[in-house]
Amino acid sequence: MSASAASAPSEDARLRYVLRLADTSLILGQRLAEWVGHAPALEEDLGLANIALDLIGQARLLLSYAAELEGRGRTEDELAFLRDAPQFLNLTLVEQPNGDFGRTLVRQLLVSAFQLELYEALKTCADARLAEIAAKALKETRYHVRYSASWVVRLGDGTAQSHARVQDALDELWPFTGELFAEDDVDAAMVAAGIAPRAAAVQARWSARIDAVLTEATLSRPADSVFPWHGKGGVHTEHLGYMLAEMQFLQRAYPGAEW
Amino acid sequence: MTHSELPYANSCVRLGHYDPELAVYTQGLDSLGKDCLQTPSADTAALTARFDAKVERDEKIEPKEWMPDAYRRTLVRQISQHAHSEIVGMLPEGNWITRAPTLRRKAVLIAKVQDEGGHGMYLYSAAETLGVSRDELVAQLLAGTAKYSSIFNYPTLTWADIGAIGWLVDGAAIMNQIPICRCSYGPYARAMVRICREESFHQRQGFEIMMTLARGTPAQRAMAQDALNRWWWPSVMMFGPSDAESQHTAQSMRWKIKRFTNDELRQHFIDVTAPQADFLKLTVPDPELRWDEATQHYRCGEIDWSEFHRVVKGHGPCNRERLQARRSAHEQGRWVREAASAYAEKTRARARRLEESA
Repeated sequence: MSASAASAPSEDARLRYVLRLADTSLILGQRLAEWVGHAPALEEDLGLANIALDLIGQARLLLSYAAELEGRGRTEDELAFLRDAPQFLNLTLVEQPNGDFGRTLVRQLLVSAFQLELYEALKTCADARLAEIAAKALKETRYHVRYSASWVVRLGDGTAQSHARVQDALDELWPFTGELFAEDDVDAAMVAAGIAPRAAAVQARWSARIDAVLTEATLSRPADSVFPWHGKGGVHTEHLGYMLAEMQFLQRAYPGAEW
Repeated sequence: MTHSELPYANSCVRLGHYDPELAVYTQGLDSLGKDCLQTPSADTAALTARFDAKVERDEKIEPKEWMPDAYRRTLVRQISQHAHSEIVGMLPEGNWITRAPTLRRKAVLIAKVQDEGGHGMYLYSAAETLGVSRDELVAQLLAGTAKYSSIFNYPTLTWADIGAIGWLVDGAAIMNQIPICRCSYGPYARAMVRICREESFHQRQGFEIMMTLARGTPAQRAMAQDALNRWWWPSVMMFGPSDAESQHTAQSMRWKIKRFTNDELRQHFIDVTAPQADFLKLTVPDPELRWDEATQHYRCGEIDWSEFHRVVKGHGPCNRERLQARRSAHEQGRWVREAASAYAEKTRARARRLEESA
């Protein structure tokens, strides 16, 4: 091991970190895919489908990398379809139900703005593979932030009804954002290795961006919640189990089949 | 021809799940912009002659040109049915997005359903060039006065149905749509060329799903056969009533909106698809299907037209559900559309105030 500050993290920490990124994209992509065919307008149907496709694309690259790190010969699909909820390491925010269009877009803004800062930092990180994936994902994520922010502004500053709906959504989803910036052992190891950015730095930029959107949208920023959700540690809300039951059904019902 | 060189249904387009002949059962599509319909009767004969000559020369008719009212009505009906079919068609396939068996299949299916939405948009735009708005057309769909292809009133019960739709339904749509690329109305023909370019691979993807299942486990083979059993006849019926019963074909062919009859297209579909089923080692659910050396075509059994008419008239397995899903998306999206308009209005007002104060 080199004497530099950037000590290599344990392979387990790296694997878990990559799985967090992968599962967060996958589960959010799966949620957005529920909208296809049912959005408020044709243009929004296409817009949400686009974001879902980007996220599933990111998840595939990250899961393939995770499978290599794991070194057990598993594939992206085995990781996606044959793990149970406690092995999923996504943020609890992304597994929250879609609710109405406003709630979906509030969730999207909160997550995309976070991914934006993360990918921005990761694209020059010490892990070349992750840097490459982050650089690609960053371009997509910029669009996700633009799309979701523009809707949050329109709905927040639209009618009294739309304002009330998105403010409610924001109030309900905000407690799940604490987890985004709560550094745990895995994060700390990745920071020490010169791979992950410091949570505090990400939080400051995220917070500024979100505040700017909320101000334009005439929405109030809710108070921070103290409940320590820890989806990235495998502890989830009740919603994830149902999502996996649906998503994994064919692989579970026909073990070993090729699709 | 070896099996490995099987034709993939001519490789262009998918969807076209509208059917001109369903027009027989369509009401309420005559609310066109009045301004573009009125023509002094004295000039009509000369204009008609010029129009007919242009069609005869295979030149495209463009939106601002004079055209017979009936031509315009036929096009609005056909193009909007086609657009509605794309939009309703998103539902049966969308039904399997969250359950797609691999991440690659999931991504491909989302992209496909998204393409259908995009096609709906091009087609609504093409219809709008004829003086009718997308909002008006959507209102007709939701009110149940406009039709869409009946094929989407059948349920997708297993994953194999996603393969069968790609292979059979898109295959049938391709047969219908390639000739529309040469349709006499410019915007429709051009929309169709674009759709053709984008869609050529969807049918192959469907066939590839079927091939994977047909070569898979016994349970997967059974799933593929079951899907073929359920989708074969509805797909064959997608071409509409037989020529003898078809009321619009002759006029549409004179106008070069339509280039082949329903039965010609249907025969072509069966000729292309039957060997593909053999290749998959699946059985077409038609005991009378056989190759006829004399005619160099497949012969097939009687189509159950009573089923066709039942489903067209609203009594298929999913008619109510499909329409309900569209209505509910529309209703639940109302507050979003209202908010977007209100915001746009506020933004305009702010810009005006800014200008005034400057």
